[in-house]
Amino acid sequence: MTSIKAYKIIIYGTLILWAFFCLFPIYWTLTTSFKTAVSVTQGHLIPWWDYQPKWIGLKSLGLDPVSLSRESTVRDEFLKRFWNSFITSSSASLAAVILGSLAAYGLSRYEYRFKSFGNKDISFFFLSQMILPPVVLALPFLILYRELDFLDSTIGLVLLYILMVLPIVIWVMRDQFASIPMELDEAGFMDGLGPWGVFLRIILPNSFPGMIAALILSLILCWNEYFFAALLTSTDAKTIPVMVASQTGSQGINWWSMAALSTMSIAPLVLMGILLENYIIKGLTSGSLK
Amino acid sequence: MISENNNNRSLGKTIISLSTLFFLLLFAIQVLSEGGITPKIFENWRPFVYLYLGWCVLLSYSIVLINRDKGLRILFILPAFLFTIAMVIFPLCFGVYIALHDWNLSSFDGKKFNGIDNVIALFQDPFYWNAITNMIIYVAAILIEYAIAFGLALLLNVQILARKFFRVAFLMPLMLSPVAVSWMIGKSMLENRFGPIARLSRELGWENPAFFSSAAIARTTIMIMDAWMFIPLMMIMLLAGLQALPKDVSEASKVDGATPFQQFLHIIFPLMLPVSITALLIRVIFKLKLADIVINVTSGGPGVATDTVTSLIFREYRDRSNVGYGTMMAVMYLILIIFFMTNLLKAFHKLQEKYT
Repeated sequence: MTSIKAYKIIIYGTLILWAFFCLFPIYWTLTTSFKTAVSVTQGHLIPWWDYQPKWIGLKSLGLDPVSLSRESTVRDEFLKRFWNSFITSSSASLAAVILGSLAAYGLSRYEYRFKSFGNKDISFFFLSQMILPPVVLALPFLILYRELDFLDSTIGLVLLYILMVLPIVIWVMRDQFASIPMELDEAGFMDGLGPWGVFLRIILPNSFPGMIAALILSLILCWNEYFFAALLTSTDAKTIPVMVASQTGSQGINWWSMAALSTMSIAPLVLMGILLENYIIKGLTSGSLK
Repeated sequence: MISENNNNRSLGKTIISLSTLFFLLLFAIQVLSEGGITPKIFENWRPFVYLYLGWCVLLSYSIVLINRDKGLRILFILPAFLFTIAMVIFPLCFGVYIALHDWNLSSFDGKKFNGIDNVIALFQDPFYWNAITNMIIYVAAILIEYAIAFGLALLLNVQILARKFFRVAFLMPLMLSPVAVSWMIGKSMLENRFGPIARLSRELGWENPAFFSSAAIARTTIMIMDAWMFIPLMMIMLLAGLQALPKDVSEASKVDGATPFQQFLHIIFPLMLPVSITALLIRVIFKLKLADIVINVTSGGPGVATDTVTSLIFREYRDRSNVGYGTMMAVMYLILIIFFMTNLLKAFHKLQEKYT
C-alpha cells in the first residue's frame, strides 16, 4: 500500500516539477511587465503579496487602459509589426496548405511516372527539403530579392515561409489522406465526377481536421520565424520577432517594456496552444506512427 | 474525334515550346544586358516573376490538352513541383554560382570569379570548423533530450489526473518564439544579478553565477535552453507511440513477472524503436537549424564558444557583407548535412533490423 503511495508521489512530483519548468518562464515574463525597477532588483515574485503590480510594461507599448484611448506612436509601431506577422504567417500557411494538400492528395491516390521518377522519388523530393537548413538559401535569396525588388516586402517573406513549411504540410496531409478509404473516391467516380470533382466535393470535407492541424503547425512556425525576417526585412515588412530581437540587443532598455513586448509576441501562440492543443498534437504525431 | 485529339496534342506541344522559348529568350537578353551587350528591356528582374507565373499557367493548360485525364491528375502535384523548382532548385544552383565568387556587397568592385579560392579559405578557417564542432556537440546532446522526453512520455502515459493540463503545460515551450525565449530566459531569468535563476544558484551556494562567461557553461546553457523548447516535440511523438502500443503487451509481461525496468528494456523500447527514430530524425533536423537563440543571447560568444554554422554565416553577412564566402560556408554545410543524414538513416535502418 505504501509503495503505491510513494510511486504516486514520485509520478505527480515529477509531473508538477516539469510543468513548473515549462510554465515559470511564461509567468515570469508576464509578471515582470508589471514590475518596477525596485521589484526587479529585490526579486519580488508574487503580485499583491510582495509587490504592487503597475501598468508600466503595457504602457511602454501604449497598450494600458489609460493610453489606449490616446494616440501613441509606440502602439502604432507595435501594431504594425503585429499585423505584418499576422498577414505574413497566415497567408504563407494558407498557401502552403493548399499547395501541399494538392500534392499530397495526388501522391496518395495516383501513380506518376516521369522518366525514371516514380511516386516514391517525388515524395522524397518534397520531403527531403526538410533537411535543407534555411541558411543555405538565405544569401542567394538576399541577392535574388535585391534584383527582384522583393527586399523588405511581405510577399517575398511569404514565398520563403511557404517553402519552409511546405514539406511539413505534405508530411501531415499524406498521412491524413492515407486514412481516408479509397472507396470514397471510387464512389465519386461512379457518380461521374472527375479527379478534381472528387477531390473538392468528397475528399476535402473529409480531410478538414488534418488540414487544420497542418495549418496550425505552419502558423506556429511562420509566426516564430526570425532568421529570414532578420535578413530580408528592414522597415516596412519587419515582423514581431525582428522587433523583439532589435529591442533585446539595445542597451538600457527597461525590463518591463521588454517583458511586455515578449508577452505580447507569445500571447497569440500561448492562446492557440491552450485552445487548439488537440490539433497541434495531431499535426505533430501524424506520420510518426505507421 | 481522333483528329481533334491530335490537334489538341500538337496545340499543347506548340504552346509549351513557344512559351518556353519566349521565356528563355527574354531571360538570355536580360542576362546579356547585365554585361552591357544588349540593350535593357526591363529595369529589374521583377517581370520575370510574372513571366514565370504565366509560363506555369500555360504549361499546366497544355499538359491537360496533351494528356487529358492524366493531365488533370498531374495538375495535383504540378503547382508544388513548379514552386519548389523556382524556390529551391534554382536558388541552390545560383548559390553554388555565388559561392565561386569573391563577392562583397559593401565593396564597389562587384563580384569577381575566383574559382575554388573560397573552398581553400574555408578549409583554413578555424571559426568554421569550430562552428562545425559545436554543431556536433549540440547534436550529441539530443540523446539526453531524448531520454528526458521518453521519461516524460512514460509518465504522461500512466493513468493520471489532470492529464490535459499537464499535456498543455508540457507543450507550451514548443509554441514560444525562440527570439522571445532568448529574452525571457537568456537575458532576464539568467541575468547575473537579478534573474531568478541566478538568485536560486546563489541560494544553492554558487557565489557569482555567470551563465555566459566561460565557454563550457555558455554552451551548456544554450543547449539547455534549446532542449527546453524542443523536448515537447519528441515527448508528444513518443507519447503517441506509447498510446498506440497494444494493451496486452505490457499485461503479458507483467504475468511473466518482469520488473518494470526489464519490461521497458525488452518489450517497450524495441516496440517504440520506429517512433523513436522518426522523433530523433525530426529533432536532428531542427537542431541543425539552431541559430535564433545563439544570435540573440550570446551572438556566438564568449569568443566563438557557442557559435553555430548558421549564426556564424549570419554574422559574416551582417558584419562584413561577404556573400561569396558566406554562401560557400552554407553550401559546404549542406554537403556535410546530406552526408551525415544519409549515414544516420543507414545506421538507424541497421538498428531497426537488429531489433526486429
